[in-house]
Amino acid sequence: MTAITTERPQAGKNRSMTLPAARRFLLWTGIVVLLAWVLVPIYFVALGAFGGRLGVFRWPKSIWPSNLAIEPMMQFLTIEGVFNALVNSLIAAGLTVLFSIALGAPAGYALARYTFRGQNAYRLLVLLTRAFPLAILALPLTVSFIRLGLYDTPFGVSLIHTVLALPFAALVTQSLFMGIPREYEEAAWVFGCTRLQAFMRVVLPLALPGLAATAIFAFVISWNEVFAASILTVRERTLTAYLLRILAESPLHYRFAGGFILIIPSVLFIFAVRRYLFAVWGIASK
Amino acid sequence: MTHPVSLSAIVAAAALFGGLTVAEAQETIFYSTQLRPIEEATKVRDVLLKGLPGKTTYVVDEPPAFAVRMKAETQAGKRTASVVGALHGELQPHVQADLQPIDDVAAKLADRGIPENLMELGKLGTSQQQYIPWMQATYVMVANKQALQYLPEGADVNTLTYAQLQQWAKNIADKTGQRRLGFPAGPTGLMARFFQGYFYPSFTGGVVTPFKSVDAEAGWNAMKELWAVSNPNSTNYNFMQEPLLSGEVWIAWDHIARVKEALALQPDQYVAFPAPAGPKGRGYMPVVAGLAIPKDAPNRAGGVAVIEHMTKPETQLATAAEVGFFPVVKVDLPQDLAPGIKLLAGAVAATQNARDAVVSLLPVGLGAKGGEFNKVYIDTFQRIVLRNEPVKEVLEAQAKVLDTLMKDTGAPCWAPDRPSQGACPVQ
Amino acid sequence: MPARASWIPYALIAPSVVFLGVLFIVPLVQTVWLSVATGDGISLENYQRMAGDLNFSLAVRNTFLLTLVVVPVQVALALAMATMVTKLDKGRDLVLWVLTIPLGISDLAAGLAWLSLLQNTGYLNSALYALGLISGPTGWLSQETPWALFFSIAMAEIWRATAIVLVILIAGLQLIPKEFSEAAEIFGARPWTRFRRITLPLLKPSLQSALILRTVLAFEVFAVVYALGGRNFPVLAGEAYVWQNDNQNYGVAAAYAVLIMTISLAATAVYLRVLRTRPEQLP
Repeated sequence: MTAITTERPQAGKNRSMTLPAARRFLLWTGIVVLLAWVLVPIYFVALGAFGGRLGVFRWPKSIWPSNLAIEPMMQFLTIEGVFNALVNSLIAAGLTVLFSIALGAPAGYALARYTFRGQNAYRLLVLLTRAFPLAILALPLTVSFIRLGLYDTPFGVSLIHTVLALPFAALVTQSLFMGIPREYEEAAWVFGCTRLQAFMRVVLPLALPGLAATAIFAFVISWNEVFAASILTVRERTLTAYLLRILAESPLHYRFAGGFILIIPSVLFIFAVRRYLFAVWGIASK
Repeated sequence: MTHPVSLSAIVAAAALFGGLTVAEAQETIFYSTQLRPIEEATKVRDVLLKGLPGKTTYVVDEPPAFAVRMKAETQAGKRTASVVGALHGELQPHVQADLQPIDDVAAKLADRGIPENLMELGKLGTSQQQYIPWMQATYVMVANKQALQYLPEGADVNTLTYAQLQQWAKNIADKTGQRRLGFPAGPTGLMARFFQGYFYPSFTGGVVTPFKSVDAEAGWNAMKELWAVSNPNSTNYNFMQEPLLSGEVWIAWDHIARVKEALALQPDQYVAFPAPAGPKGRGYMPVVAGLAIPKDAPNRAGGVAVIEHMTKPETQLATAAEVGFFPVVKVDLPQDLAPGIKLLAGAVAATQNARDAVVSLLPVGLGAKGGEFNKVYIDTFQRIVLRNEPVKEVLEAQAKVLDTLMKDTGAPCWAPDRPSQGACPVQ
Repeated sequence: MPARASWIPYALIAPSVVFLGVLFIVPLVQTVWLSVATGDGISLENYQRMAGDLNFSLAVRNTFLLTLVVVPVQVALALAMATMVTKLDKGRDLVLWVLTIPLGISDLAAGLAWLSLLQNTGYLNSALYALGLISGPTGWLSQETPWALFFSIAMAEIWRATAIVLVILIAGLQLIPKEFSEAAEIFGARPWTRFRRITLPLLKPSLQSALILRTVLAFEVFAVVYALGGRNFPVLAGEAYVWQNDNQNYGVAAAYAVLIMTISLAATAVYLRVLRTRPEQLP
C-alpha cells in the first residue's frame, strides 16, 4: 500500500506540471478574495472607530484613513467600571467554555456511540434551547435567578451562556465522535485499556478539533451575549453588556469604537485555539 | 468525566464571585433609563452626583430591561435599586405594584417651585405621589441652514404651518433632486409621539376622541403629501441627529435629546424651531422624567437624598448645561449656555410660549397598555401612509382597536381632549 | 454495535438534562403558559392577536425567504472555504483564523459595518460615485427599493454567520481519511467526483449538525435585519421583541416565540430524517 501511495504523487507531478501552478494560482486568488470579503467590512468599522466624531458623517467617504483620532478609544477605556466589567466578561466566558464542554462532550459521545431510546428527543431538547428566543424568557429567568441567589454574578451569567452554547457542544462533538472509527477504541480495549483509558488515549486527541470548535463557540457566544448578561446583572455587568447597551444610543463614532474594541478578545481567543482545529491532519497520518 | 476541574472548585468559585457583590449598607443604587449614552452617563457620575454623602452608583438600562427588572425584583421580593429615574411613560406600568408612595418627599420639596401640573402627573393617576418630576424635555424641529433659502414666500421658520412645511420640503426636492425632510419612523424612533403630541392636536384639537373625525381624515391626507416629499429612509431613522449630521436630512422633527449631538457639534450649521401648526393650533407634548422609590428599596434614606439632590436648583442648572434636559424647578437658565443647548432652549421657549400652542399631555391611566396605545397610531401611519390603504377604512378599523383599549384600561381623557366621565370615548 | 451496558448513555446525558431542565425548561414552560393563559383560563387569544397583526404575514414571509436564501448559500460557501483552506499547506492556520473573525463580531458591530457600507452616504455609494456610476447618495435600504434591501440583508447575514458553518465543517473534514481520496484519484476520479462521492457523504454528520444549528439560528434572525432594514423588513424574532418591549404585551410575545420554536423544531425533524447517517456509512 505504501509503495503505491508514494509512487503516484510523483507520477502525477510529472504528468501535469503546469496544472498545479494554474490551480495554485486559482486557489490563492480565491483565498485572497475570501480574505478581502471578511476583512473589508471590519476595516470600515476600524475607520469609523478611529475617524473622529464627524468622520462617520462625511460624504463621499474616503477609503483611506484620515483625521485619525485616538481619544474616543481612550475615553472608552477610562469609563468608570470598564475594568471590572472586563474581568466579569472573562470569568463568564471562561466558565462557559468549561461548563459547555463538561456537559456537552459526554452527551455528544453518547449520541455518537450509542443508540438509545429517547436520543432524538434529547437532540430536540438540546436544540430547543436555541429555538426559543432568549429575550422572551427574561422575566421568569430573572425571578428564578433572584430566588436562587444567582442574580448579579458572572457565575450566574455563565450558566445561561452555557445553556446557549450547549447545542453547539453536543452536536459538534457528536458529529466528531461519529467520524472517529469505533475500531480504534475497540482495538485499544483489545490491548487492555479500560473504556476510560481508551477514550483518553485514542479518541480524545482525535476529537481535539471538535473540542476546539466547541470552545470557540462557547467563548464567542458568552463574550458577545448582551441581553441575558444585562438583564441578570446590575452592578457586575460583563463588558459587552455594559458597553453595547449604552452604545445603542451613543453618538455614531462611539458605536464604531465600541464595536471595534469588543471584537478583540474573541479574535484573540480564536487565534489561540486555531491550531487545535487542525490538530490531526487526516487520520491517516496518525 | 474527563474534566480536571472538580465540582467543589466550581462551587467555591461561585461563592467567591457571589460574595463579591454583597452591597455595602450605605450604598445607594440609582437606576435610570435616562441619560444612557456614554457621555451623559459619565457626566451624571462625575458632575451631577457630586456632593452626595455616601456612595451612589449610577446604573443605566434601556426601558425594556428596566421594565423586566422592576417586575422581576418585585416578584422575587428583593430589590437592588433605592431610587429609579425614568420617563413618565416608563414609570406608568409600575405604579402600585413596584413603586412606593413618596408624599413625604413631595412635602419636603414644596418650596422648590415645581409646577402643580407636573406634580399632579407625578401621581400617575393615584391619590399619592409616585414620582417627583426630575427633568423635562420636548420635541422640536431642526433645520440645516442650507435649507432656509428654499422656504416658501412669507413663511417664518418659527411659525410654520404644515402646509408651509410641505411646500418647503417640496421646494427642496424639486430644486436639489433629493428629499430632505426626515422623521424618526424607525423601530426605536419616537414617531408615535409625533402623532399623539403634534399631529393630532394640530389637525383635530384632540388625541383620542377625534381619532376618526373628518378633521383627522384631512390630517392624514396632508400627512401623505408630507411623506411624498420626505426622505424614504425615514423608516430607518431612530435618532435624527445622524441623518442631520450626514446631510441626508435637512429638516427634522425629534426629541431634543436626539438632535442634541448635531446642534452641539455644529451649532452654526443649524436652527431649531417649534413644530408646525395645523388648522386647530400648534400642538406640542412636554416630556417629563421623574424620580421614584421602588418598593422594598434597600436604602430609602439614600434614595430620598438623591431625589433631594437632583432637584436642587444648582443641580438642575448643571443638568441643563451638561446634558440638555431642562429644569422642573423654578430657576432661570444662565446666559452662558453652550451654543447647541442655547439653540434648543430657544426652540423650547418658542414652543411653550407660542400663541397658538396646544398642550398635549402624556397619557395617564393606560398602565401597561401604553405601548399598545402607541401601536394604534403607528399602525395607522403604516397602513395609510406606507401601504396606501384607504384613509376612512383604516381609521374605522383602528378606531375600534383604540376604543377597546380605552375601555379595557378605563383611562379618562387627558388634555387636549375634553375631560370625560369614565373611559375616554372615541367618537 | 449498540452497547450492552445500556445505562451508560443515560448517565452521560444526565448532567446536561438536569442542567437544561432547571435553567431552561422551567422558565420555558412558564413563558409558554403565559402565551395561552389569559385573565380567565386557557385561550388562543394571544395567537389570534399575533396572526391578525399588521406585520404578521410579512414577518413570516420575510423570515422564511431569508432563511431559504441564506442557509444554502452559507453551506455552499463554507464548503468551498473549507475545501480551499485544507488544500493550503502554508498559512493555513492564519487564513482560517481570518475567516473565523466574523464569529467574534457582535450584532451591533456587524449591523454597523454593513450600514456604513450601504447607507446613502456609505462606502459603496462613495465608490460608485468615484467611478461615476451614480450622481449622488443613492438609497438601497429604503422601502422604495425592497429587492435591494433584501439582497443587502442577505449579504450581511451571509457575511456574519458563515463562519459558524465553516468551523463545524472544518472540524469534520479533519476526520476524513486521506487514503479514500487518494485511492479514488488512482482510479481516475476527477476532483468534483471525489468531492461528491467521498467527501460529502463522509461529511454528513457534520453537515447535519451545521445545517440544524444554522437553520435554527436563522429563524431567529433579528439584530442585523433591524440595523439595515428598520421598519421595512419585519421578521418573526423582531416582532416578538417589539411586542414584549414596545407594546409591553408578554402574552403575544410568548406566542411569537412559541411559533418560532415550533418552526425550528419542525425544520430540525426534517434534517434529522433526511440527513440521517447510519453507522455503517461512516469510516
